[in-house]
Amino acid sequence: MSSAQGRPTAIGESTKKHKVSFTGNRGLQMEEPLIFEGGRPEVSGVDLAEPEPFAMRLNGLERDTPMGLPGLSEPEAMRHYVRLSQKNYSIDAGLYPLGSCTMKHNPRLNEAMARLPGFADVHPLQPQQSVQGALELMQEVSHWLMALTGMSAVALSPKAGAHGEACGMMAIKAAIAARGEAQTRTVVLVPESAHGTNPATAALIGFTVRPVPAGPDGTVSAKTVAPLLGPEVAAIMLTNPNTCGLFESEIVEIAELVHQAGAYFYCDGANFNALVGKVRPGDLGIDAMHINLHKTFSTPHGGGGPGAGPVVLSQRLAAFAPVPFLRAQGESLQLVEDAQGTQAFGRMTAFHGQMGMFVRALSYILSHGVDGLKQACEDAVLNANYIKACLSDVMSLPFGQRPCLHEALFDDDWLKGSGITTLDFAKAMIDEGYHPMTVYFPLVVHGAMLIEPTESESLASLNLFIATLRELAFAAKNGEVERFTSAPHYAPRRRLDETGAARTPVLRWSPLQAQG
Amino acid sequence: MSTYYTKDHEYIRIEADHAIVGISDYAQAQLGDVVFVELPALGQSFGTGDQVAVVESVKAASEVYAPASGQVSAINDALEASPGLVNEAPQGAGWFFKMTLSDKSQLASLMDEAAYQAFVASLG
Repeated sequence: MSSAQGRPTAIGESTKKHKVSFTGNRGLQMEEPLIFEGGRPEVSGVDLAEPEPFAMRLNGLERDTPMGLPGLSEPEAMRHYVRLSQKNYSIDAGLYPLGSCTMKHNPRLNEAMARLPGFADVHPLQPQQSVQGALELMQEVSHWLMALTGMSAVALSPKAGAHGEACGMMAIKAAIAARGEAQTRTVVLVPESAHGTNPATAALIGFTVRPVPAGPDGTVSAKTVAPLLGPEVAAIMLTNPNTCGLFESEIVEIAELVHQAGAYFYCDGANFNALVGKVRPGDLGIDAMHINLHKTFSTPHGGGGPGAGPVVLSQRLAAFAPVPFLRAQGESLQLVEDAQGTQAFGRMTAFHGQMGMFVRALSYILSHGVDGLKQACEDAVLNANYIKACLSDVMSLPFGQRPCLHEALFDDDWLKGSGITTLDFAKAMIDEGYHPMTVYFPLVVHGAMLIEPTESESLASLNLFIATLRELAFAAKNGEVERFTSAPHYAPRRRLDETGAARTPVLRWSPLQAQG
Repeated sequence: MSTYYTKDHEYIRIEADHAIVGISDYAQAQLGDVVFVELPALGQSFGTGDQVAVVESVKAASEVYAPASGQVSAINDALEASPGLVNEAPQGAGWFFKMTLSDKSQLASLMDEAAYQAFVASLG
């Protein structure tokens, strides 16, 4: 006997082994099949009239087998997607300490502003005279991004961090080509403590990557950079604060050396949340930096809405910014779409960027004000240091007691000899209802655990998180190995076979064979 | 037959007319389950320290650097279907490629078995 989902209804060995209940559900946590497993071909949620007869113009290329659409009634289709959405974990559901990702609260005010019809319902191909308000908002966002970074120009169109990196590096490449050095300046320096996307971006744009080792304190020193510079170096890509959560304190000296060598300074701005209102990257000698609106300026990440990665540029690179860019023409604003007659390196996207993210970012900036932005930055750094201080006696710090910025980094030295790995510890956190922190990154730290609480968490929330991690740490030290190595115990799925998934991936769903 | 090691945990084993290159047991243990190995092309020439292969595990992707300069004379095709060989027998069936050495004196700058074991022990 099989249920409607094709699952056996008889109690056998397999059902006993894998299920906690007859249905496979746990309480109201539904065991949701794939939509193709639940559907029946004869069912439809809509009742459409037969189309008028028409002449087929596909010359025999029309399909002769059914498409295999699942066939669901409207309530079935709705429940399927609602149940899937309930499996999603988000910052709206709980603490999300994913280091290097700045998972912060997106204020509801942002959402209300983004849904104003004047912003939400405009079309990129509308006449520009009819969207002057939207263009003015883009100009206002540009103003704030330049003011907060101390830079001369901004390209709003890049869609996310790595896209912004590509934009900044293409501006650098264009500037080098304009100097007639395209053939000779082909190397980009990338410190080990930079974001992993940095070397990938440099390679994608056609540069050769030269790694820069980090010092024992986790940062890059000017002394290390100096001998790696030369007439073949186009740029350095530094992340500040770096992926160890540390401020690159020799950044000004490094910028001077880079400029003396005729190269440009790209800064990965993913961790800008730790600097807003405190440090202007332009003052540090940076030539290009992307800003993740979906991190620093609280717009949603990923599935919650597209990212946005505007790039700010120094005076030296401003002329090479891509189209489209905004230009005031008399009383009105105009998006310049044609690169001809300018030094713009080209364009990054079909249109002007993520309008909805610009609205949310401006809403965040204006509702916080200058003092509020500064306070958010200070709270984010304070929260990370609080976590670091409260856990440093039970977990181990790779770089000693030096204060961190927006994220606290631990290594796995404290787990040595316990038979428990960083991954096991992270999985046990799921059982406690916490999304794990970033693990095994940055690579320069063994068994890294990178925790970024952001300013969104209250003291009570931080205290519960810290108490949970302390309890887990004591359990690990007391030899409760099983609690970790077989975690998660309470999640809808137990430990996934990552090795099997990578070695023999099943990339396409196909129907289960009918069982007798 | 002697084996030498680099600080990046590649080994190079000298045989009669060629050398065999792979990653050490310590390296495979640190990487965790290996899921993919990108090997150099047959006949490819390289200098000491050049990136010649990539090894990818469930945890991370790492570059493999040439322990000495030379030319690839054979690659271990078996790794394509069974990357797990690198975990099971890193210095046996899990070898990466064979090469001809352009200058045997380069081996002097590498660590021998005893020196490498001491180096690994120092990493804690």
